[in-house]
Amino acid sequence: MKPWLWLVVFVAACALVPVFGNNYALRLATIMCLYAGLALSWNFIGGMAGYPSFAAAAFFGLGAYVSAVLQSKGLPIGVTWAAAGLGATVFAALIGMAILHLKGHYFAIASLAVVEVLREVVNTAEDLTGGGMGMNIPLPGMPVDVQARLFFFAMLTMTVLLLAVTIVVSRSKLGFGLRCISQNEDAADILGIDTTFYKVAAFCLSAFGVAVIGAIYASWVQYIEPPDVFDILYSVKPLVMVLLGGLGTIFGPVIGAVIYLALEELVWRNFLTVHAAVLGGLIVALVLFLPNGIGAVIRDRTKRAAVRS
Amino acid sequence: MSTGNVKLSAENLQAAYGDVQVLWDVSLTVERGEMVCIVGSNGAGKSTFLRCASGLLGTKGGRLLVDGQDMAGASPEAFLRRKVAHVPEGRRLFRAMSVRDNLLMGAYLRDDAAEVRQDLEKVYEIFPILAERRDQYGGTLSGGEQQMCAIGRGIMSRPELLMIDELSLGLAPRAVELLITALQTIRRSGTAILLIEQDVMTALELTERAYVMDRGRVVKAGASAAMADDPAIRDAYMGQL
Repeated sequence: MKPWLWLVVFVAACALVPVFGNNYALRLATIMCLYAGLALSWNFIGGMAGYPSFAAAAFFGLGAYVSAVLQSKGLPIGVTWAAAGLGATVFAALIGMAILHLKGHYFAIASLAVVEVLREVVNTAEDLTGGGMGMNIPLPGMPVDVQARLFFFAMLTMTVLLLAVTIVVSRSKLGFGLRCISQNEDAADILGIDTTFYKVAAFCLSAFGVAVIGAIYASWVQYIEPPDVFDILYSVKPLVMVLLGGLGTIFGPVIGAVIYLALEELVWRNFLTVHAAVLGGLIVALVLFLPNGIGAVIRDRTKRAAVRS
Repeated sequence: MSTGNVKLSAENLQAAYGDVQVLWDVSLTVERGEMVCIVGSNGAGKSTFLRCASGLLGTKGGRLLVDGQDMAGASPEAFLRRKVAHVPEGRRLFRAMSVRDNLLMGAYLRDDAAEVRQDLEKVYEIFPILAERRDQYGGTLSGGEQQMCAIGRGIMSRPELLMIDELSLGLAPRAVELLITALQTIRRSGTAILLIEQDVMTALELTERAYVMDRGRVVKAGASAAMADDPAIRDAYMGQL
């Protein structure tokens, strides 16, 4: 029951932001939910299954463009978000069956290539996507502050949904299977776990979450172009957040997203020209000093304190 | 020998890694309740045969039968459902899972929770050290304990045939003795065992029948006792006595 309690606390804390916070706080809270959602999505394939996917940017861009194109054809905004999620899920299933038999670095590189290929496809399909000119997405026609609230609650709903799915999956046969795959795929095979199906399922869950968030993002910012939504940082950031919070854990990705956003707000703007270097340094420091995330450090501390007393 | 008594049978089995053929016309049977070993030098194809016989590697020709059913193209899951379990070389435990969870993962395909619990107690009876270490991570066990845990995980699926790859490789003699005693216990419960073992003397003492493999082929088959006395085998695998 404990994870569900924390989920309620998280929702309550977030829901208070539009009531008490100003526009800056609301914008920050929206980005926090976006980041947390990306991290939770990546956690299915990267954390639970242990497959270092860099395909998140591909799903993010795909979701953004599917939603934008459908919206420009006049479909209701909610329908386009759902279509983005489903489209990306099908796409991930097909791509996953092709590349999930690769392991480690090979898988990472293959998943990275998916981003580049999709970006080029979108660049070239000018009739549909406007190519490098980008796409303007029609405004829903409502006051700015109502819009800001709408997109915040949309992001929050998606994050909460992903958190709930994470809790359910981590206790299900799928979750156990994925943890087995990440620890020893050969052994998982021998014990009768359908490893191919499980990996594809994790990849699809991951794609669905990222794509819907990409779709909401597109509606939120109202203008998208290939280099923006297929930005490789959308692949790297969730990975860093999950490493920060704890691989394969339930709340690790959310905690990681909060810490990452705080770093971004406090440090980034002071190091505008070298922020990529700061990000690189952060990854190195993480791998060297916190291989199991901040959550593990806290757990060890409390355990040691318990032993001492 | 009636076919109803044969658990596993390979007929002229061929297998390859990509374009490189590794198994040539391997014919081998294991009857119910029987203990059989495959011996042979490194690279003879012993492990490859086990990979075929558990569905990890597809076959390229010949036939592989479990309970008389052709298993061509079957998944590891299908082999396990036909009660053939594989204890792979190098143990392959889940390092960040407790001993208890490792053992329970062996029963992954079963849904009779009450009997799974009983079987867990049986494993603890066979390997008391695992009961002591039940909450420890798999990765923290000694080599011998890991092998016990891997074998325990294998029997948690209630197999009729347990295939063990390299039982004693890299283990202390005391640990090997414990494992051998355990295998005899498992055997008495009616489980057939197919053993791959590089210590030829131990393997021949423990089993009734033996197959000798060399460069992907079965070059000799027969009663283990007779083979232990065969001068050619003694020369090839045991050194001059």
